[in-house]
Amino acid sequence: MSPGAATNGHVTRTKTSELLRFATAGSVDDGKSTLIGRLLFDSKQILVDQLDHVVQTSERRGDGYVNFALLTDGLRAEREQGITIDVAYRYFQTPRRKFIIADTPGHEQYTRNMVTGASTADLSVVLIDARKGVSEQTRRHVYIASLLRIPHLVVCINKMDLVGYDEDVFDRLVYEVTDWAARLEILDITFIPISALHGDNVVDRSSSMSWYGGPPLLYHLEHVCIAPDRNLADVRFPVQWVVRPMTVEHHDYRGYAGQVAGGILRPGDEVVVLPGGRRTRISAIDTYDGEIEAAFPTMSVTLRLADDVDVSRGDMICLADDPPVAAREIEANVCWMGERPLEPGARYAIKHTTRSARAVVEALEHRIDVNTLEHEPADELGLNQIGRVRLRVSSPVLVDPYSRNRTTGSFILIDEATNDTVGAGMVVGVA
Amino acid sequence: MSVTARPQLSHLRALESEAIHVMREVAAEFERPVLLFSGGKDSIVLLRLAEKAFRPAGFPFPIMHVDTGHNFPEVIEFRDRRIAELGERLIVSHVQDSIDAGRVVEETGPRASRNRLQTITLLDALEQNGFDAAFGGARRDEERARAKERVFSFRDDFGQWDPKRQRPELWSLYNGRINRGEHVRVFPISNWTELDVWRYITVEGLEVPSIYFAHRRPVFERDGMLYAHSPHVELIEDERPFEVSVRYRTVGDMTCTGAVRSDATTLEGVVAEIAATRITERGETRADDRVTDAAMEDRKREGYF
Repeated sequence: MSPGAATNGHVTRTKTSELLRFATAGSVDDGKSTLIGRLLFDSKQILVDQLDHVVQTSERRGDGYVNFALLTDGLRAEREQGITIDVAYRYFQTPRRKFIIADTPGHEQYTRNMVTGASTADLSVVLIDARKGVSEQTRRHVYIASLLRIPHLVVCINKMDLVGYDEDVFDRLVYEVTDWAARLEILDITFIPISALHGDNVVDRSSSMSWYGGPPLLYHLEHVCIAPDRNLADVRFPVQWVVRPMTVEHHDYRGYAGQVAGGILRPGDEVVVLPGGRRTRISAIDTYDGEIEAAFPTMSVTLRLADDVDVSRGDMICLADDPPVAAREIEANVCWMGERPLEPGARYAIKHTTRSARAVVEALEHRIDVNTLEHEPADELGLNQIGRVRLRVSSPVLVDPYSRNRTTGSFILIDEATNDTVGAGMVVGVA
Repeated sequence: MSVTARPQLSHLRALESEAIHVMREVAAEFERPVLLFSGGKDSIVLLRLAEKAFRPAGFPFPIMHVDTGHNFPEVIEFRDRRIAELGERLIVSHVQDSIDAGRVVEETGPRASRNRLQTITLLDALEQNGFDAAFGGARRDEERARAKERVFSFRDDFGQWDPKRQRPELWSLYNGRINRGEHVRVFPISNWTELDVWRYITVEGLEVPSIYFAHRRPVFERDGMLYAHSPHVELIEDERPFEVSVRYRTVGDMTCTGAVRSDATTLEGVVAEIAATRITERGETRADDRVTDAAMEDRKREGYF
């Protein structure tokens, strides 16, 4: 689309537009902030006062260029030290889609922030400086995107202007990344040659790279197909809240509210309530706007059941013939986010879907070197490290492998002394 | 909501579903939540989301308004009517009571505002009522400090926000564990933009206070912004009130909320003006954010909304 196609990049009378969440990671050197600035600016999302602020602050700091990083780096410490502390969320919209960018810094707390941003992303944008080639950081980006199973990966070969828009440079880097990524499970990978600084292939097609036959980045973001990424096969409905009005009008009403985590639910479906195992039927799917005929991820709805079964928060409603595993022992990849390392024997609170329990680390099986992908033996998992653990849980958790369902396959670990979230876990299997 | 051939929610329904999920998590995991209501468009959306999350039952929390005493009368009238329609419980905390009790000292002079004082009134009210979670309508697109704030924003027992010690927020798993005296501010519409809010108000057919639509009002100009001429604001020498057609983009105190010139008298008109605007809502209308580069961050650290 041309940047001026819609008023302010929005369209007032949209039919329906979809939501796409994407993560970007990296440092200023990669041109990441320039790229985000370019996307926002060319799609007319940066407003006059925001741009004024960035221009003025850039001048005051003596940056010598319009430093788009200042758009997202809003905290006092960040501006004083010229660093990005945390995941920043930015929003922009085109007639087709609304985008949520989780923008994560490349240095301090790198893994922790990238994993956080990646956990909800449909797509990840990785930048490579065409002059420097594949760096250690590139490999970490790609690895984390694959570990978190972000369905779509876009590798932007940036600064093409500085290599004379040379097709051979692009081809060489595509080969290098593809070769390395072959060892990982990556569902969909796309390469785009760009110059964020000049805007080549960001919003508009570049006139300097006629050899490139693919779409510009924004076109790709607008058209990449995300609907099939959710698991629509296995019905998973973690019960969040029981709606019991206890009023005269709704005296016998009892509804089980939650957000669909997998599959498609319909009235009449034979279901099982886990972990109890009672079978019943869905009698209705309620929303504030009335009963509906089907519910799918990520809808928040309220189910009514045909029989008077005991259901409470933490239970999961599934189709009778396709339940998840109720496990006391789970194998998982864990990204560690705590100051104090994870050690075998340590106990944590675990939160999985709407269920909370306690977990003890039975074993730390290996640590993963994110640069070489080697598994190495380890006694502990430090801040920003990733490893494979075996956990024993105080009461059964209803899990699927993370590769099958990102909601029922993920959990967090909480330090009970500090209440901090210290670990992000992805279920590999059950013991 | 109807199911289309392709099981994919529109972006507004996806945002709605996420917000409902957040509200139910809070209801389930906290002892005493409260919903902060200002009468503004964002908290009007929160009320609708609470209906979507909990009906046909009542809300599992009361609604609280921190009244500076300098609110627009149209907003107070709207507040009382809306809460009565919902049949829910309203708590009003008055900044005047904090002043009378000597908890805060009223600012004086032509630029005096109670905006900052309401932080103390809010923190006192949270403590007195034992609230451990407070829903707010803040959005990340509003301001740079807010862009980095979590959906569950942890506050220590002084109500302070520490941007460097925020808990990572992964998937849709929220960590609501706190110690006694601490609380969490929860922002279910963190991922909504100003335009999303207006679109939602339009599709849901929600009523908003009349000051959001163009109306004629006596105003005066200060620092390039238009303020309502009211008994709460002292005029400086050369300031002369004049009447013009304006609407408000945000609802705050009469003392620090600017109006924009507008002829939009319908929701569609407002949405069209916002889609075409080139200035952010807080940049255009909030004097409280103009004090320093990090004005919002500083106020948030102290316990502001």
